[in-house]
This record gives sequence, C-alpha cells and structure tokens, in this order.
Amino acid sequence: MPRFVMSTLVALALSAGVAVAAEATEPPAQDWSFDGIFETFDRGALKRGFQIYSEVCSTCHSLRLVAYRNLRDIGFSEPEVKAIAADVEVLDGPNEEGETHGEDGMPFMRPGLPSDRFASPFANEQAARASNSGALPPDLSLMIKAREHGPDYVYAFLTGYQDEVPEGVELADGRFYNRYFPGNQTSMGPMLGDEAVEYADGTKPTLEQHARDIVTFLSWTAEPEMEERKSLGIKVVLFLVVLTAMLYAVKRKIWSDLH
Amino acid sequence: MATPTWKNPVIKWIDYRLPIFTFMHGELVDYPAPKNLSYWWAFGSLAGTLLVILVLTGILLAANYTPNVDLAFVSVERIMRDVNYGWLLRYLHMNGASMYFICIYFHILRGLYYGSYKRPRELLWIIGVLILLISMPTAFLGYVLPWGQMSYWAATVITSLATAVPVIGQDLVEWLWGDFVVGNATLNRFFAWHYLFPFIILGLAFLHLWALHVHSSNNPLGIDIKGPQDKIPFHPYYTAKDGFGLGVMMIVYMVIVFFFPNFLLDVANYIPANPMVTPTHIVPEWYLMPFYAVLRAITFDIWFIPAKLIGVVAMLASIAVLFFLPWLDRSPVRSAKFRPLYKQFFWIFVLDCIVLGIVGANPPEGIFIPIGQAATAYYFTHFLVIVPILGVFEKPKALPNSISEAVTAGGGSGKEAN
Repeated sequence: MPRFVMSTLVALALSAGVAVAAEATEPPAQDWSFDGIFETFDRGALKRGFQIYSEVCSTCHSLRLVAYRNLRDIGFSEPEVKAIAADVEVLDGPNEEGETHGEDGMPFMRPGLPSDRFASPFANEQAARASNSGALPPDLSLMIKAREHGPDYVYAFLTGYQDEVPEGVELADGRFYNRYFPGNQTSMGPMLGDEAVEYADGTKPTLEQHARDIVTFLSWTAEPEMEERKSLGIKVVLFLVVLTAMLYAVKRKIWSDLH
Repeated sequence: MATPTWKNPVIKWIDYRLPIFTFMHGELVDYPAPKNLSYWWAFGSLAGTLLVILVLTGILLAANYTPNVDLAFVSVERIMRDVNYGWLLRYLHMNGASMYFICIYFHILRGLYYGSYKRPRELLWIIGVLILLISMPTAFLGYVLPWGQMSYWAATVITSLATAVPVIGQDLVEWLWGDFVVGNATLNRFFAWHYLFPFIILGLAFLHLWALHVHSSNNPLGIDIKGPQDKIPFHPYYTAKDGFGLGVMMIVYMVIVFFFPNFLLDVANYIPANPMVTPTHIVPEWYLMPFYAVLRAITFDIWFIPAKLIGVVAMLASIAVLFFLPWLDRSPVRSAKFRPLYKQFFWIFVLDCIVLGIVGANPPEGIFIPIGQAATAYYFTHFLVIVPILGVFEKPKALPNSISEAVTAGGGSGKEAN
C-alpha cells in the first residue's frame, strides 16, 4: 500500500472521529421476555419470529450462522425441522463424474438437510447489492449483539420509520427516513407493517407485535446459548457464594489465634 | 523451619534425588510472611490464578480456532454455537483477560501505595513491570483473533504505529504484517504470538515469585520483618486469606461470564472484519485505554519530530518510567501510611489514570483533547517531578518499632491495629 494512503489511514484512525453521521435517537428501553437472569425466550414469540424471518426478512437477509437443526432448540419437532430444511434448495455436486452442472446448464441442487445452515437469499455480495440498489443487506445471525442497545435498537429501528421527512432533510434516492438509524437514512424500506404476516396461533398481527417477535427470534440466533448460560450461571454463582462464605469462616477460625 | 520429613516412600525417593517437594513445602507452606498483610496483598495470587485459567481456556480454544481471514470469525462462532461448552470457554477467556488486568492494576497500585518497589525489592518490581509490558500486547493480539471489525481496525491502527519509527518505519510495519496490508499472514503470526507470549509471562511470573520469596512480601506498614514475632507461615494463614479473596473474585468473574458476558466488549466486534468500512470510533479494550489516551494526547509536532512519533514514544515511556521508579523515589519510608503528602498525591495519580482511561474511550475531539493532554502531562509529572521532590522534602511520620508491636492489640505502642 502506498505510503501516503497508509499515513492518511492512520491519521484518520487516530483521529477516529471519521465523519460521524447525523445523530440518531436513543432507542427507548423495552421489556423483553429474556431480560433478567432468570428469564428465558418466550417460545411463542420465537416461533412467530421465525415465521417473520422466513416470510419477510429472508427475501434479502441471510442467517448464515444458524443451522436448521438449531430450530429444535426453539420448539420445532424433528419432522418439522426436516420439512423446513427440505423446503430450500442448496448447492450440490460435483457428481461422481466430476460435473457440477446439469445438461440444462444449471448447477446441481439438492433439498436442504437439518445439518445445513440457513440458505442465503443471494449467491454472493454482488448479487445482493445488484438486487438492492447497491445496498448490502447484512447477515442477521449476530445483529442483536452487533448493535448498541441490541434488541431495543432493532425494535426501535423496525418501528421507527416515518413517512414525513423532517424539514431541512434531503432524502437521498432510494432511501427511507428512520429516526433511529445512524444518519437517519436507510436503504431498507419499512418491510413490517400491520398484518405483514398472518400468525397461525391467532396473535394479533400488529407492527409492534411483529417487531417484538422478530427481535426475540434474532436475540436467540445471536445468543442461542443464553438459556443454558443463565441456568448454569445461577448454579455456579450460588455454589461460589456458599463456598466463599465457608472460606471466610475458615479464614476467621484460622486467624483467631493471632488476634 | 525444619526440613520436612516425607513419609510416603515415592515422595521420599523423589525428594532425595530432586528436592522438589521440600522446595514447594518451603515456598508454599512454611514460607514466612509478615503477619499484617491486608486483602490488597491477595491480588498477586489472584492474577496468577487468572493467568492459569487464561492459559488453560486458551489451549482449549486454540484446539477449535482457525487463524485464517476467511474462517476466523466463523470459527469463533462455531466455538460459541457447536463446541460443547465452547461459549463458556470463550467467555471465560475473554472476560478472564479483563479480570486479569483488574487484578494486576490493583496489584500495581498496591505496590505504589505501600512502596513495594523500594530496596530490596527493585528487581521484583522490574520483573513485574516486564509482566505488564508483555501482558498488554498479549491481550491486544488476542483481541485481534476473532477478526471482527474492532479486531481488524485495532490491528491496523496499532501496528501502523511502527511506521512512526524514523527511516525504517515502513519496512518495519511490513515486516510485522508479513504483507503490505494487515492480512492473512498478520493473523497467522498474531495467533502464534498470542499462544507464545503467555508462556513468557509464566516464566517471568516464576522469577517474580522467586524474587518475592527472597525478602518476603512488603506489608502495609512498609517496615522490615524484625524477628519471628512479626512472621507467620504462609500456610494456613495466607492460603486461607487468599482462598477467601479468590472466592470473592470468582463470584465477580462468574457473574460477568454468565450474565453480562459482552459487557466489556465493543459491539462492533460481532461484525466480521471489513477492510472497506472503517468504524466511526476505533477503541482498544478498556484496560489499554489509559495508554491509548497518552498515545493520542500528542497532537503537535515538536520541531521536526512528527506528533505520531512523539505519541508512540510517550506511550512507551508511560510504562518505561515505572522501571525507574525505585530510583526516582528517594524516600526511605515505604508505606504511604507514614507519608502524609505522598498519600494524597497517590490518590490524585489514581484519579489521573481514571481520567486517562475515560479520555482513551472517547473520540479525540473537543474537550477530550486538552483533558487528555493535561492528564498525560500530569502522569509524567507525578513520576518525574512530584515523586522525586517528595522523596527529599516530605517529612514522614514516625515508624512503629515492629510489625508485631503495631498490629497486636496491646502490643506496646498503642497504635491502631490494621
């Protein structure tokens, strides 16, 4: 890399304040089923969230770190998981002759298996950008962990679209105004609205409900270990509290002849 | 302290040929310690315990990690998702590093307060500073391995500091990278070094303990052990006391690991590294922030010397100055307890370090620039001006005659036990 590029880069990085975009509104704190150290994911919300991901988000966003088999953990049965996986086509081949494409010129495909990771909507970054007027829809597996305020931010973002652009703001072409997005202009349109999906369990399909459900689902994809972690943590900390109390008693006893 | 006689025939056989059991008995059981050590003296053994936890979890993580720019991020996520208790190993390791630095910072501050660096413990102190000096790059290298946005950009910013070296800077940084950019070769060697350095730290920790055991621990009064009445054997007294300290530390550590595992991590490190997108705000881990603030405090060239070079030198000097502390502080009195002025300047210094940490965590703009510069100037003033002057002009309080007299109830002098 040419020296001047390097030094510019370092200068930029050291001064760190690289073009901070317009201020985004702080997302209000929400009550989540999985907030407290004793709390777990709401199973209904997880399943509804998965439905929203499948029917809405997955048109543009991948979920590459999650496998279909993982859905067992949120209450889907084995046959259900097999069926969900078999619904998608994944790249197969080469066959025994070493061919990767069929006579029709198309690559070999096979139905998905529970061991497959979630199939991505686009073959590569270029394809994703080409279909989204240049913008790249990020992978959602870790979205909740990758943003300040995590679930509160994603909820606020999904419910924070505004038709009315505030005065003095020039909305760029193909952008949407969202007061929680850094810079306020996002390439993603308001994909969720009332009745974006029809819930099988009869839950009222409001925008807020949708946002709540998808955020719960994505919180699980970001931290699938959360429930196991918390329940083990309670046992470990309780054990340590008792042990430490005993260690204190031992210390007192041993030191008593000195004082 | 008689040499123990071993009853077990195997131990007896070995000990006759290699007296390792006698050695351990002498250093861990009979080892005479001052009888008045407070809980501030627990942080050394806590840091040692954490070092062992870090090495063990690190070895297990390395068994599942892939140091390749295309695979590193996903391999860490596989550890989190598919390796049995992989999430636990990773969170223990990641937060263990933070706990380790909390412990060594408390350990160092304790040394500063009670004058533990003074004769005859100068080398003990210097070895400790070396451990700090190697622990920081070790932690930084580990921060790079998950190859998230912060990993990549921190690696870019920090390694680029080498370009500040006159004449050979550019060659030096390319030699470090193994490439013309931070790339796969960089990640590979960072992994190798991250695995290597802790064993150097373990070696230094052994020397640190060896030097410690020659003259035994300093103590809150900072006076020498005068006789058997001032001493107690390490076991059971300090094993019990450190055991309780360990319990308290483990509770804090486990609460973070199990309930707030990402509290200390920048969210951007859950975004895979992307050389095309610079994060708005590149920050190191919290424990490096005071030094990061010193680095960025220098925003001006001095004559022909560029600001960046001065910044790097200042950052290195902020640690290097510690090596000279035993000779900068001329006061014959160790403990701040008997140094009324030094005691106050000590707390101002602690405050200064906290201010530097806050400045390091914030973008270098507006008010943070002058605050960072003032705090940096004060940091060096403390060591290079205040401490030497106090050592000569401060009038210390009268020292007690012996540890035993001072700490035992009705021990003669009527001083408060502590």
